[in-house]
Amino acid sequence: MKRKNSVLSFAGVVFCLLLLLLFNKTFDSYKMRIFNLCAIYITLGLSLNLVNGFTGLFSLGHAGFMAVGAYTCALLTLSPANKEMNFFLQPILPFLANTEWPFFPALLVSGLCAAIIGFLIAAPVLRLKDDYLAIATLGFSEIIRVIFTNTQRLTNGALGLKGLPNYTNVWWSWGVAALTIVFMIRLMRGSYGKALKSIREDEIAAEAMGIDVFRHKVISFTISSFFAGIGGALLGHLLGTIDPLMFRFLLTFNILLIVVLGGIGSITGTVIAAIVVTVLMEVLRVLDSSIDFGLFVMKGIPGLRMVIFSALLMAVILFYQRGLMGTNEFSWDSLGKRLRRIKKRGPK
Amino acid sequence: MLKVENLTVHYGGIQALQGITLHVPHKRIISLIGANGAGKSTTLRTIMGLVKSSNGKILYDGKDITTEKTKNIVETGVVMVPEGRRVFPNLTVMENLILGAYARKDREAIERDKKRVFKLFPRLMEREWQKAGTLSGGEQQMLAVGRALMSDPKLLLMDEPSLGLAPLIVRDIFMIIREISENGVTILLVEQNAKAALEIADYGFVLETGRVTLEGTGKELLENNDVKRAYLGD
Ligand SMILES: Nc1ncnc2c1ncn2[C@@H]1O[C@H](COP(=O)(O)OP(=O)(O)OP(=O)(O)O)[C@@H](O)[C@H]1O
Ligand SMILES: [Mg+2]
Repeated sequence: MKRKNSVLSFAGVVFCLLLLLLFNKTFDSYKMRIFNLCAIYITLGLSLNLVNGFTGLFSLGHAGFMAVGAYTCALLTLSPANKEMNFFLQPILPFLANTEWPFFPALLVSGLCAAIIGFLIAAPVLRLKDDYLAIATLGFSEIIRVIFTNTQRLTNGALGLKGLPNYTNVWWSWGVAALTIVFMIRLMRGSYGKALKSIREDEIAAEAMGIDVFRHKVISFTISSFFAGIGGALLGHLLGTIDPLMFRFLLTFNILLIVVLGGIGSITGTVIAAIVVTVLMEVLRVLDSSIDFGLFVMKGIPGLRMVIFSALLMAVILFYQRGLMGTNEFSWDSLGKRLRRIKKRGPK
Repeated sequence: MLKVENLTVHYGGIQALQGITLHVPHKRIISLIGANGAGKSTTLRTIMGLVKSSNGKILYDGKDITTEKTKNIVETGVVMVPEGRRVFPNLTVMENLILGAYARKDREAIERDKKRVFKLFPRLMEREWQKAGTLSGGEQQMLAVGRALMSDPKLLLMDEPSLGLAPLIVRDIFMIIREISENGVTILLVEQNAKAALEIADYGFVLETGRVTLEGTGKELLENNDVKRAYLGD
């Protein structure tokens, strides 16, 4: 049974790789961008799910950590000439003026920077619970944004940074997404992940079992910030432009939407929801512009997209209370069981 | 094995424990009885380091553990079965048990203890993959005890294991407590069910509003008139 499952898993991986190759060949640049976004949102969704879903901490600070990652990576990779062009109001701080790192180390450092900020914020914030924690993390994320708006010589302030090299391609975005998925699966299977879940279930009981609750929370938060930073950096290098406004609460909300839709505490759910939400966001974009029905033209209502999305979210919460997957995960065994059940019902 | 000396605990302004002294000798069953709000749970929580004491000392095997972290206390072999079971409802029975062994590293010994727990509670083995929240109350209590045993305790603190269980199951639980004790685990048992708790105990303490008002062997306490009137209902 085990062997059969690993063969199936291997086949699945090969299939995904082939799909990736195929899409890479056939997609135009618009589709390619959406395809990359899917992967980035998988990374972001999983990192938020680690804190909100698995550890049971209601954090709303994701956009802040993404901003740290995106800015770090941009500042490290932009060419000196490009920096001079960007910083035309005030010159950039001298120590950054001449850095031009390759993508990989820059990406790693942006994750680390976000993790450090996450770690520093965790110490005061994680003593809070529930709503208070949500408000405090949201506050910190806004503080980061405000700081970035006002440190003209470091971040170019409200003008943002333009001309980021387009490093983010399928290999980077999906490679990172795959690594994140594998990392999360291994983490949650191990005793560490079980300890995080036990904290979500019953903090006092977890503490009584000898689990250092606060330390685990800090570690979970720091890891989550790390991946948020990486996701932010990938996003920046996909879009080519970043500015503080991009990292408003709305961005955190989008990721939260993915986590809730997929099932708080399900890796599979997050992956599926990330793809569905990203694609739908684009498909539904037509709603915001005017639509020609032939007989009449419906005037576009900007924001209708978000209305539909919120309705969708409510529907899922009403019917599936705990998201599409709940806390369940995909496995070949459960798929097999389901197929057999359908087959049994079939011939009747 | 465990000595609690003049322990005082405050919750904000309220004084929950007003200087209690307990001795729990090696390999014995010691019962702690008392009315609601007497401070029984507080005593256990303070021993585990979950609540800070404002005065007094807790000695375990001669070592002062009064200000020790819970994690370290569990590692030295003291573990609590909390009041109201508190299993992890969305985790499976197996995951709950594994979490009980969180402070341990030795995989082989953990496997051995898993088998031991399943021998003690065959019902749990059948339900290995069931979510703990869907177990019956009695099964959840068994899981809570099993989970605590997975940490390979030398001293087991049990907070009202018979709470909310049917008489037959209560009998089972007390039989299991005796069995655990016969395997060499020292037990400090907190109970509302004073009769059963004193019958099983080698020695007992009566707690009233944060003070130890009576102590003696289980038999002595069962025959004491004050105890009879206040806790045995006759
Ligand atoms: N976290 C807390 N904050 C404030 N007061 C508390 C807290 N926990 C317990 N108390 C108070 O301390 C006193 C002792 O409580 P404790 O839980 O130890 O009683 P108990 O003997 O276990 O009672 P029961 O049999 O009902 O479980 C009570 O008056 C209770 O209200
Ligand atoms: Mg109590």
